[in-house]
Amino acid sequence: MIGNFAEAGADLELVGISKRFPGFTAIQELDLLIPAGSFFALLGPSGCGKTTTLRLVAGLEEPTTGKILIGGKDITNIKSYRRPVNTVFQSYALFPHMTILENVAFGLRRRKIPNAIELATEVLKLVELEHAANRKPSQLSGGQQQRVALARAVVNRPALLLLDEPLGALDLKLRRQMQLELKSIQSEVGLTFVHVTHDQEEAMTMADTIAVMNKGRIEQMGSPSELYDLPQTVFVANFLGQSNLFSGKVIENNANSFTVDVSGKAVKVPTKRAQRHSGSVTVGVRPEKLDMHLNKPKDAANLNILGPGVISDVSYTGVSSTYFVDVPGIGNMTVFAQNLEESENFGAGQQVWLSWVVDHTFGLADMPEDEGKFVRDDDTTSLAALELADLIEEIEEEM
Amino acid sequence: MAFAAFSTNAAPVEAAPKKRSWIAPFLLLPGLAYLSLFFLVPLIALLLTSFQATEFGPLGKEFVYAFQWENYVQAINEYMPHIGRSFFYSITATIFALLIGYPLAYLMGVTLRDFPMWKSLVLMLVIAPFFFSFLLRALAWKQLFADSGPVVGVLNMLGLFGPGDYLNGTDFSVIFGLTYTFIPFMTLPIYTSLDRLDIRYLEAAGDLYGKPATNFWKVTIPLSMPGIVSGTLLTFIPASGDYINASNMFLGSPSTAMIGNVIESNYLITQNFPIAAALSIALMAVILVAVSIYIRRSGTEDLL
Repeated sequence: MIGNFAEAGADLELVGISKRFPGFTAIQELDLLIPAGSFFALLGPSGCGKTTTLRLVAGLEEPTTGKILIGGKDITNIKSYRRPVNTVFQSYALFPHMTILENVAFGLRRRKIPNAIELATEVLKLVELEHAANRKPSQLSGGQQQRVALARAVVNRPALLLLDEPLGALDLKLRRQMQLELKSIQSEVGLTFVHVTHDQEEAMTMADTIAVMNKGRIEQMGSPSELYDLPQTVFVANFLGQSNLFSGKVIENNANSFTVDVSGKAVKVPTKRAQRHSGSVTVGVRPEKLDMHLNKPKDAANLNILGPGVISDVSYTGVSSTYFVDVPGIGNMTVFAQNLEESENFGAGQQVWLSWVVDHTFGLADMPEDEGKFVRDDDTTSLAALELADLIEEIEEEM
Repeated sequence: MAFAAFSTNAAPVEAAPKKRSWIAPFLLLPGLAYLSLFFLVPLIALLLTSFQATEFGPLGKEFVYAFQWENYVQAINEYMPHIGRSFFYSITATIFALLIGYPLAYLMGVTLRDFPMWKSLVLMLVIAPFFFSFLLRALAWKQLFADSGPVVGVLNMLGLFGPGDYLNGTDFSVIFGLTYTFIPFMTLPIYTSLDRLDIRYLEAAGDLYGKPATNFWKVTIPLSMPGIVSGTLLTFIPASGDYINASNMFLGSPSTAMIGNVIESNYLITQNFPIAAALSIALMAVILVAVSIYIRRSGTEDLL
């Protein structure tokens, strides 16, 4: 299995995997098929089990139950150094006593590949670090170390490349650059990439398929656009982008749509875009799908209208503005709107009506109250704040 | 220079203070005074003694200050076998102490990392001998190795030893004693290194197709090199000058006399001070040179 470069990526299949540590369960009955050559992202908050999943595939942990197959071959009981898998570790784990070149050549040398140094140098060129080949990891910045970690894994051309938050320490510009780089390496070589991240934007821009993980389970899996357009659970609706959610009872069922009573207002939902069609349901709409009106718009069959509400806050973000609209009985709604001429009319305190096309509504399988899914430090805002703090720290270190 | 190996930072002196202040020199004063009184002065005295010439005056033999460098030639010529034996013993003992100390340190620092109770127990066992006098322990081994003692008894029973064979006073007993004495000095610095070893490096090495044995040589050993260097120096330097284990009152015999025993007898018995001093200086010089080459070669300057 080792000794040769992988010709192509391989399927990764997890069958009934669970992992229990003393005192808690990290992964529950996970079934997953990642087709060869795909760029797969495991997205979730910290502690959701995504890193544990990666470690199981890498062979650094043993599953409590279940099987792991790579390219159809059961590798559950195979030691990590015999698996055709390489990992880019979150902590980089670069060997501090070796030079950058030695670090990158480590895997090649272990597999007795003859021109290890040449190949390592080539990969260092790819990550634009060939000038640092003879330095020690401690002499590089965090971002450079991360690129070395990436080079050290990619150079082995594994059938399966595991990335554990590999771009976390990079600044925005470098991150974009590395995202493109990774993507091009992946399509060039056709390897299977499994990318673990809590950064939903990163997952969306890079992955073909995203699995959103929460509490040791996969909540939903699909292409980025599917997940964004049609989230199935409250967690996904909030973790992947933002959503305006309302709960209410179904009061009317038609052939193609049903109506939900949200504090006395009727909200129509297309039947095929909803997970549940009766009783109490939670439905939602993305903030950029909402239109604001100074006067109540005309009722139309394909339009949901809420209002009147009052704009409580406006924040300007350049490309668009974010409006917070307080709708009595419903609560705060978030609206993203482009900065066009008419936006001058929408200041804080302005009374507005909100409308959106019925087809943009989605119906969820669970309710926001369910098992406390809004854990404060899990949401993207606070994660972003944490990352910002890290970034500032790094910038200060470099200065 | 050898002592730089034990400090955490190789160049603390070069970090020039930005502000000139009298506080730092003032705080250093007691230390400097102590060092000059108890290290520098004796060292200079020793150096001067080593060049003294012998004269026969009205009071008999006496030593006068001179520059008689022939003392060194005489000392080295006369005691070459002892010098050679000293380094043979101390190097062998250092190797054995490393072979025993490293696995012990690995057990404490890595294997038992998640079992603090077992780890403390082993650590205590390593340190426990310090609670008994070093001389007592050497004497105890002498008893155990005695001709009528248990070790010789067992060897006789197994047929490995004949009636004329003995253990005390042999190369074996002296090297054994030295190894035994210095195992804790070897183990503890290595343990400190291994205790800090980040297991994630080993995970990464395994992920990069390294077999456990390869990873041990390529990752664990290099990363614990500072501990190995400290431990071997803490063993080798005192072992070279040791005169207890090799003395015939303990585990040695005249045929196992080390340079320390020669210095002792020249000072205290034959009272040939210049030769004893010359031997001391020569020993120190050889150790300094050997140790600095060792530190260079092990490439640990930046890890220390």
